[in-house]
Amino acid sequence: MNTPTILLSNIKKRYGGHEVLHDISLTAQDGDVISLIGSSGSGKSTLLRCIPFLEVPQAGEIAVGDNRIVIDNVDEKLSAAQQRTIKQMRMQLGFVFQSFNLWPHRTVLQNIIEAPVHVQGRSHKEATEEAERLLQKVGLYQKRDAWPSQLSGGQQQRVAIARALAQQPKALLFDEPTSALDPELVGEVLRVIRELAEEGRTMIIVTHEMGFAREVANKAIFLHQGMIEEQGPPEQVFLDPHSDRCRAFVHSHLQRNPTG
Amino acid sequence: MDNAFFSQTLLALLGGLPLTLNLTLLALIGGALLAVCFNLLRLTRFGHYPVRFYIWLFRGTPLLIQIFMIYYGLGSFELVRDSVLWPVLREPYWCGLIALILNDAAYTSEILRGGLNAVSPQSIEAAKVSGMSSRKIFTRITLPIAVRQALPAWSNEVISMLKATSLVSTISLMEMTGIADAIVSSTFRALEVFLTAAVIYLILSLIVSRLLTLLEHRLSPYQFGAR
Repeated sequence: MNTPTILLSNIKKRYGGHEVLHDISLTAQDGDVISLIGSSGSGKSTLLRCIPFLEVPQAGEIAVGDNRIVIDNVDEKLSAAQQRTIKQMRMQLGFVFQSFNLWPHRTVLQNIIEAPVHVQGRSHKEATEEAERLLQKVGLYQKRDAWPSQLSGGQQQRVAIARALAQQPKALLFDEPTSALDPELVGEVLRVIRELAEEGRTMIIVTHEMGFAREVANKAIFLHQGMIEEQGPPEQVFLDPHSDRCRAFVHSHLQRNPTG
Repeated sequence: MDNAFFSQTLLALLGGLPLTLNLTLLALIGGALLAVCFNLLRLTRFGHYPVRFYIWLFRGTPLLIQIFMIYYGLGSFELVRDSVLWPVLREPYWCGLIALILNDAAYTSEILRGGLNAVSPQSIEAAKVSGMSSRKIFTRITLPIAVRQALPAWSNEVISMLKATSLVSTISLMEMTGIADAIVSSTFRALEVFLTAAVIYLILSLIVSRLLTLLEHRLSPYQFGAR
């Protein structure tokens, strides 16, 4: 078997006395599109944020490609070597946040070339050319010199996706990418993500858009109270789940959002 | 109004303008550099204690006393008089400048702290996931955003420093106020002389606030309320 693009194994995460993730394992092979669903507080965002170490798990193993970190002792600070590995892992991932997180003091284009030029050391010219290509792809080339605050939420999120792509990541991670958007702006962002899935990019998507999650993914995972309650092909998870909780959850969401 | 006397006074006062501007500019630069250092120190485990003490000390005492302490006070220690620093510390210019820098640093440090606090954690997370080192995050994301947020408050400090330079006239420095004071003691025409000096300060502060507004618009045309 090939090295998985992303591997999480036995991830445990606790906030104070409250255990948010119990022993979760997950593998994304190259080209996988995984949708992570579950009610708020189920731990799905926390799990996603553990991959680039925005949250540090108490225990478990996280690997992105050949870079791997095993945490067995919570109290030990991350070593310098581990910090370097985390940096490598982050450079190979593109992360898209719920609230876009564009840098307000940089224009659209500057947001996109920031990491390629100043982290990856690519030339300004090459990075700009690629940024312009990506802006065309997300349909915002004409906004290249605009400031984030001049854009709608949907446009900001598309810029954020272009920024993530500019890192030439091995995998893209989406943390509820449409939850902060007005309903009429959701479609434009989902369209871009769907295109990326069709290109065969490896992605993990945390979302409440059930129709979208079913349609775009080749694997769905339902989390409940920090545990994987149901996983499998989307047809099974959404249409014929083993777990009653998953059935109830999917049912209530599909009813609320019939078109997704 | 005596036109001849007025133009004579104006010319004489403008002779002190270079020193006024020199002190203002260097105090602001020195103060800003120290303010960045203080804010970095603040992030360390124990560093925030001395920083807080420093700010309390320099904001809580009059600038005039700080100038006197450095100019007259330090010279009373033999240790200082014998040190290699004495050639610097016996000069009114250096003493005045040092006092202004130290005082400005305390205020600017607090202004910058406000700007740093206003940087959203989201901006920093976005920088982290891109693989930036902590140092790059500070220099390329946190500090530039903080500076933009702090600029309106800092422009108050700039104008305040411009006027505060007048206090160094008390240790014999001939900047504009020092010259005005000298003219008054020889002519006794206090009203005309000080009024002329006041008008120059007014015009300077107008120019400074205009320049800073321009800078705000330049740095962030669509952000932070500078529409």
